[in-house]
Amino acid sequence: MIGNVLKSKLFGITIPLIAIGFGFLAGAVIMLLSGHNPITGYVALFQGVFGEIYYFGETLQRMTPLIFSGLAVAFALRTGLLNIGVEGQLIVGWFASVFVGIVVEAPMIIHLPLAMAAGAIAGALWGFVPGLLKAKFEVHEVIVTIMMNYIALHIVNHFIRNNLLASGQRTDFINSSASLSSEYLAALTDFSRLHWGFLIAIISCVIMWFILWKTTKGFELRAVGFNKNASSYAGMNVNFNIILSMSVSGAFAGVGGAMLGLGTYQYANILPAFTSYGFDGIAVALLGGSTSIGIFLAAFLFGGLKEGANNMQAAAGVAPELVEIIIALIIFFVASSYLVRWIYTKLQFKKEGK
Amino acid sequence: MKKRVMMLMSSVLAAGTLLAACGEENNESTPINDGGNNANEAADNSADENTGNNEAAGEGEAFTAQMVTDIGGVDDRSFNESAWAGLTLFGEDYPNAEVGYVQSSDASDYAPNLNRIAREGTDISFAIGFLMEDDIKTVAAQNEDQNFAIVDTVVTDDNGDLIPNIANITFAEHEGSFLVGAVAAMQSETDHIGFIGGVEGELIKKFESGFKAGAKFVNPDIEIATQYAQNFNDASKGQQIGNAMYGNGADIIFHAAGATGNGLITDAIERAQDGENVWVIGVDQDQALTQGDWDDGNVILTSMVKRVDEAVYQVAESTMNGEYPGGEVLEFTLEDAGVGIAESRENVSEEALTAVEEYTDMIINGEIVVPKTDEEYEEFEGSL
Repeated sequence: MIGNVLKSKLFGITIPLIAIGFGFLAGAVIMLLSGHNPITGYVALFQGVFGEIYYFGETLQRMTPLIFSGLAVAFALRTGLLNIGVEGQLIVGWFASVFVGIVVEAPMIIHLPLAMAAGAIAGALWGFVPGLLKAKFEVHEVIVTIMMNYIALHIVNHFIRNNLLASGQRTDFINSSASLSSEYLAALTDFSRLHWGFLIAIISCVIMWFILWKTTKGFELRAVGFNKNASSYAGMNVNFNIILSMSVSGAFAGVGGAMLGLGTYQYANILPAFTSYGFDGIAVALLGGSTSIGIFLAAFLFGGLKEGANNMQAAAGVAPELVEIIIALIIFFVASSYLVRWIYTKLQFKKEGK
Repeated sequence: MKKRVMMLMSSVLAAGTLLAACGEENNESTPINDGGNNANEAADNSADENTGNNEAAGEGEAFTAQMVTDIGGVDDRSFNESAWAGLTLFGEDYPNAEVGYVQSSDASDYAPNLNRIAREGTDISFAIGFLMEDDIKTVAAQNEDQNFAIVDTVVTDDNGDLIPNIANITFAEHEGSFLVGAVAAMQSETDHIGFIGGVEGELIKKFESGFKAGAKFVNPDIEIATQYAQNFNDASKGQQIGNAMYGNGADIIFHAAGATGNGLITDAIERAQDGENVWVIGVDQDQALTQGDWDDGNVILTSMVKRVDEAVYQVAESTMNGEYPGGEVLEFTLEDAGVGIAESRENVSEEALTAVEEYTDMIINGEIVVPKTDEEYEEFEGSL
C-alpha cells in the first residue's frame, strides 16, 4: 500500500520531468533546423539565468506573478473549476493596487497592506461574478471568465486613459509607502527589480497548501472538486464552495497583479494586449500538478526560460520565440501525460493479467 | 516501472548527445545579429579602403552598437524594423563595427534588455520607442559610464534636466506633414481634406499643424476637417471617423493615429471598391507597401515617413567618431532627410511632386517656418 502511494507520487514527478526533457529536446531540434547550435543556445539560456546575480534576481522577479497566477488556477482547479479568468483578475488587481498606491496617503504599515488588499479584493470580485453565475445559473465558468478578461482589460484601460494618465501610456508612480521594491534586495542582486513580493509569493504558496490541506473548508473544496454530487449528499453546500473557490482564486490572481503594480513596475499602464501572466498561470499550475511546491518550481522554470530567452538571442542569436515554443511543448507533453498514464496502466494491467 | 523510466531517460540523454554532436558541425552558422561582420572579415579587409574607418573605432577594439526593440519586435514593419535597417547599414558601411539587437517580448523585458546590452560594454545602446522612457532612465542612472539613445521622446530627470548619457532622438514631424499637406491640397478634387490624430498631445499636434499649414499654403480656401480618436489602437474608431469625414465630402485624409489609422484605411478601401475617389496619406513608414491594397490599386496616396533608420545610423556614426550627442535633443528634419515623403508616390501628380521639391528647399532655407503648435499655426495662417 505504502509502496503504491510512493509509486504514484514518483509517477507524478516523473511525468513533468519527462515533459520538460522532451520540451528541451524539441527545442534543440528546432534550433538545429534553424541553423543554430543547440548547445550554445542552451548554455546562453542557462547563463541568462545563473550567469550573473542580476539575471538571477530578474528571474525571481519574473516568477513572482507567475507563482500567483499558478496558485490562482490551481486553487480553482482543486474545486473542479477551470479559471481562465486569471488574466483579467490579475489586471484588475494590478490596477486597484496602483490606484490605492497613488491616491491614498498613509504610513507604509497601513498603506502597503491596504494596496495589496485592494488588489486582492478587486481580483476576488472578478472571480466572484463567474462563481456566482456558475453556482446560481449553471453558466459555464470558462466562458464567463474569458469574457471577464476582456471586460477587465478594457475597463482598466479606460480608467487609466481618462482618469489617471500621467505620461505617455501610464499612470503616475505609486507613493513609496505602498512600494514593495527593496533597496536591500536590489543591491543584493546588482540593481535587479527583485522586490519583497517574492517572499510574499513563497508565503502564499504555504497559505494555499494550508487552506486546502489543513482546514475543514479546504477539505470541502477538494471534495466538491472530486465529486459534486457526493459532496452535496454529504451535506456540503456545493454552490457556496464554488463561489468561495472562484473568489479565493481571483484574490490570488489579484495579489499577483499587485506584485506587478507595487513591485516590478510601480505604475499601471494602458495595456495594448493581455499580459499573458494569467495564461502562463494555467501552464504553471498544470506543470506543477496544482501543488504548492510544484507551482513554485514550475514558475521558476518558466520565469527562468523567459528571462534566459533574452540572453539566448543576445549571445547565441536564437529568436526568443523559441522559448515560447519550448513552453508550449512542455505543456503539450504534460497534457499528453494522461495518454501516457493510460497506456502505462493498460500495459501494467496486461502484465498482471499474465 | 523504474526500469521503464530509466530507459526513457537514457534514450532522451542519448538523443541529446546525438543532437549535440550534430550541433558541433553546424557551428559555422552565423548568428543573425552579427550584422555579417566579425573580426576575421575585418582583418581580411585590412588591405582595402575600409581600413580608413577602423581607426575611428579606437584602440583596436570593435565599436559596438545595439538596440532594444519594443514589443513590436524587429520585424514590425515600422519603427523597430526601420531602426534595425539603419543599424544593419551602419554595420555594412563600417565592417569593424558590431551591431546587434535584442527583442522584447513583453514590457517587463525593457529594463533587463537595456541592462544586458549595457553590461556587455556596448558603445551605444538604442531604445526604440517612447515606451522605454522610464526604463532607460533607470538603466542609464545605473550605468553612468555607458551611452544610451532613445527614439521619439525626450527623457529628463526629476528636475526636468536632460540626462548626460542619454541622447534623445526626435523628428521634425511638422515639416514632413507640411509636404503631405501640400500634396493633399493639390490633389483634392473637392477642396476638402481631413486629419485624424491618435491621442491629442504635443507630438501629434506637430503632425496636425504641419499638415494644415501645408494645405493652406497651397490653397488658403481649402476646408480641413480635424478629429482625434484619443486612441492609437482603436481601428473601429478610426473607421467611424474616416467614414464621417469622407461622408462629409473630404477626399484625402492624413492620419497620425497608429493602428487607429488602419480603420481609416479599411473604410477608404471599401469606398474605393464602390468607385469613390478617396485617398489616405500614411504615416511613419511607407504604408503603401504594407497596407491599402485593393483589387484595383492602392488607397495610400503617399506617406509621411520618419526615417528612424537615418537617425539611428547617424547617431551610431557620430558616437563612433567620438562625438556622442549625450544629453542633447536631436531633431531630425527635412534637411537631414530625417522626415519626408515616402518612395511610394506613383499616384501623386507630377505637379505636386515638383511643388514638394520646391517646398522642401524653402523649408530647408528657412523661407517657410512650419508651425508646430496651435498658436504657431494661427500665426502662420494669418501671415498667408
